[in-house]
Amino acid sequence: MSWELVAGLETHIELSTNTKIFCQCTTQFGGEPNTHCCPICIGLPGTLPKLNRNVVDYAVKAGIATNCKIRNISKMDRKNYVYPDLPKAYQISQFDKPLCEGGYISLDSGKKINITRIHIEEDAGKLVHQRGDTYIDYNRGGVPLIEIVSEPDIRSIDEAIEYIEKLKSIMKYIGISDVKMQEGSLRCDVNISIRKDGEQEFGTRAEIKNMNSLTFISKAMEYEFNRQIDIIENGGKVIQETRRYNSDLNITESMRGKEDADDYRYFREPDLVTISISNDEIEKLKNDLPELPDEKLQRFIKQYSLPYDDAILLIKYKKVSEYYEEACKNVQNYKMVANFILGQIFRRLPTEIEKEDCFVSISPQFLNELVLLTEKKKLTSNMARNALEQMLDTGKPVKEFVSESDMEGIDVNALKELCENAVKENEKAVTEYLNGKEKAFGSIIGYIMKQSKGKADAALAGEIVKEIINNR
Amino acid sequence: MEKYYGKIKHINNLLETKQVSCTELTKKYLENIETVNAKLNAYVTVTDSIALETARKVDEKIASGQRLNLLEGIPMTLKDNISTKDVETTCGSKILKGYKPIYDATVWEILKSQNAVLLGKTNMDEFAMGSSSETSFIGGSLNPHNADYVAGGSSGGVASAVGSNIAVYGLGSDTGGSVRQPASFCGLVGLKPTYGAVSRYGLIAYASSFDQIGPITSNVEDSAIVYDAISSYDSKDATSQGNKGIVSENELTNDIKGMKIGIAKEYFDGIRVDVRESIEKAIKVYEELGAEIVYFELPQIKYALPVYYILACAEASSNLGRYDGIRYGYKTSNYNDLNEMICKTRSEGFGKEVQRRIMLGTYVLSSGYYDAYYKKAQKLRGTIVKAFKEAFKVCDIILTPTVPMTAFELNFTSKDPVETYLTDICTVPVNIAGLPAISVPCGFDNKGLPIGMQLIGNSFNDAKILNAAYQFEKQTYAETHKEIEIGVRL
Repeated sequence: MSWELVAGLETHIELSTNTKIFCQCTTQFGGEPNTHCCPICIGLPGTLPKLNRNVVDYAVKAGIATNCKIRNISKMDRKNYVYPDLPKAYQISQFDKPLCEGGYISLDSGKKINITRIHIEEDAGKLVHQRGDTYIDYNRGGVPLIEIVSEPDIRSIDEAIEYIEKLKSIMKYIGISDVKMQEGSLRCDVNISIRKDGEQEFGTRAEIKNMNSLTFISKAMEYEFNRQIDIIENGGKVIQETRRYNSDLNITESMRGKEDADDYRYFREPDLVTISISNDEIEKLKNDLPELPDEKLQRFIKQYSLPYDDAILLIKYKKVSEYYEEACKNVQNYKMVANFILGQIFRRLPTEIEKEDCFVSISPQFLNELVLLTEKKKLTSNMARNALEQMLDTGKPVKEFVSESDMEGIDVNALKELCENAVKENEKAVTEYLNGKEKAFGSIIGYIMKQSKGKADAALAGEIVKEIINNR
Repeated sequence: MEKYYGKIKHINNLLETKQVSCTELTKKYLENIETVNAKLNAYVTVTDSIALETARKVDEKIASGQRLNLLEGIPMTLKDNISTKDVETTCGSKILKGYKPIYDATVWEILKSQNAVLLGKTNMDEFAMGSSSETSFIGGSLNPHNADYVAGGSSGGVASAVGSNIAVYGLGSDTGGSVRQPASFCGLVGLKPTYGAVSRYGLIAYASSFDQIGPITSNVEDSAIVYDAISSYDSKDATSQGNKGIVSENELTNDIKGMKIGIAKEYFDGIRVDVRESIEKAIKVYEELGAEIVYFELPQIKYALPVYYILACAEASSNLGRYDGIRYGYKTSNYNDLNEMICKTRSEGFGKEVQRRIMLGTYVLSSGYYDAYYKKAQKLRGTIVKAFKEAFKVCDIILTPTVPMTAFELNFTSKDPVETYLTDICTVPVNIAGLPAISVPCGFDNKGLPIGMQLIGNSFNDAKILNAAYQFEKQTYAETHKEIEIGVRL
């Protein structure tokens, strides 16, 4: 029996506006506990919220970038629940009139994951458990969030991860969030159910709450998928409930069942007025949007004649794509630039965070110089590779590692002499090569490269060596 | 008669002409508070050092020859749900005992900057829920006309203090009549401004879409002066619009010839006979003043009470969720876990009436009941708003009784809460529609208790009702006012 996974995601993204959604406090991450607070965001009696209009603009941008329709008239609602990190005992959110509705995101496969809605709301504070006591830090309280709700269109863990990565990339591109999962500025709830292959009806879903790492999401989904299969294959029934992922044990565990589900008693927030956004304002925000990842992908493929696989890796990280374009100035061989970045440079940026920040020790201009030199054949590709390693080690420009004489290269006569000498010195390899052993040829070229201290043009040397051998 | 008329201007003149120093004046009020308050229970907190410090500043200003602002140096009070920095603000509730706000309400910020002399914070029904101020954790405030009766509520403390001359004026809050009803009970002028005219920032919320701060004064001119001072646009309150032009001297004192005064018979159903007669007499006065009386129907107000109690309680249930003992105010002493701590804190900290309204509000918002109650009430709110809009096509202002009776005897309200809710019938429609309304004294019952008349205006026509009230007061002052032999004599 084969089972299909069905998932929908609720993604919370903290917006990077300077101030909170309803007061003037900073949204900066961290800070001494309860120092980014005021009477409004700690909900002191008598205080009133004042909507930060930038939050609306940011959310509308997110909506446009994910192909949503934008509501001209919207409102805020109160979601009532009691928890110590929520100082008013209600969260100001949006219930039945979200700012954005009915969008989608395209996966690389071309499949669309539909977006039900995007709404704005305030974040809660944080409980800190220390020395057997619980403390509350309200610094995060009132930081603006958007919640992006997808349709249950996701059919695999890979699709879920790709969907989140696409969202991250888009939000980063349009500059509305730093989407740092490790700082909790992107958090996901995953609704997951299973059904037999080919079945139309959805199964009963469980919701796994509040995960802030792709690894956790992937592990939690895998565990939950198997848990539900086990239940059904053993004749049981999946119950609708809220679960949490326990990363220590790599399991999901029940938080509360459907019958204990909160009744949020939503009603319109009377302290705030209607939010109106004119079509002109929407149009203006649309025009202000930078190039989006999908658009950039198409452009990279066209403008730089890049293969799809290269282009997709370069555009995934906004800063990397910008680095690439800087390094491509006046260059003919765009592929060479891509190879340097995706090869040697990416090897030094093993984590997602490092790639997102494009934390490269040399400026794109330095890489550009290196490529231009190589193009003028003043450096062999081998020399260029070595030079780049040293540049990356030290952060210094190419001239520090390649002397004038190196750059002069080896003239053809000198190279011929080297090649003849190499054939003489490597008789054994020549014989092997003549007997059809391709590898042996490589060792001859390696010898030449070593003798020339890497200055020789390996391709040209290969041609010369073949000529010498064939003429013997 | 002239003695009390335009009290604020009179005191301002005494101060500026150095007939009395602000310190002397303030001390006089503080001394009287000591004796009168013991009888009437008007104040929760007396802020003598703040009052004297401000008085000293005002005296310095006078000494240096500077002119005074009208409200400068005038001793006044604030209802105890208006936040005052570093001064205990209890909302009449045990749950906020000891709570000292770290910021000032906008209205207090305004008055403070004009050197208003804050005598103290006045008593109120707990979280402004009640009609007698008896739901306060310190008990009810009594009526200056007869201490066997209540001062009304919820702003009972303000009315008790102003009515007994232990404050020149006070700010109350009006959610369903809480400024107008006690003003009516105590023979005072109570103004509930248009929703949005006065900033709510710092007013501890009962029902946010109804709450509005307004003055209780001994006369209409004072009401206009205080209203002018406090009604301005406040960026901290998203629902604030300011007063859209202050009340000019002319606007207040203009004659009202040709003004169309609307009478809706529905406002007279179930009104006590003596109150009705008093209002009918008032209508005659207006006719004499040259106003045109227009009769129309307003059947929609029969929905007003259920609409008000459903929506106000719904908002209250949410607004009062924050009192959990974690951050400020009362906290229970014995508990085993968080849940128990919050439950016990709220059970012990809130009084019965507040608990009743929280439960009612929670119920009407619950899934399964939302459509039948909250949603329906919201729709009817729209109907009432529309009905008033229509009414103001045929008249300029509407005249009604303020309350169907005069002041309650002590403990009347605790006997039958629903019976008490019914007495709000004339005041709540205005809050539902966000309109301005003023209560003006229009007579006395046979026990000598004041009767109040209500004038309702169209949105942001606050000046118009003040004008009509002013002319009525001028015409009837002798019959509608009685000197009370307590408090400060000037």
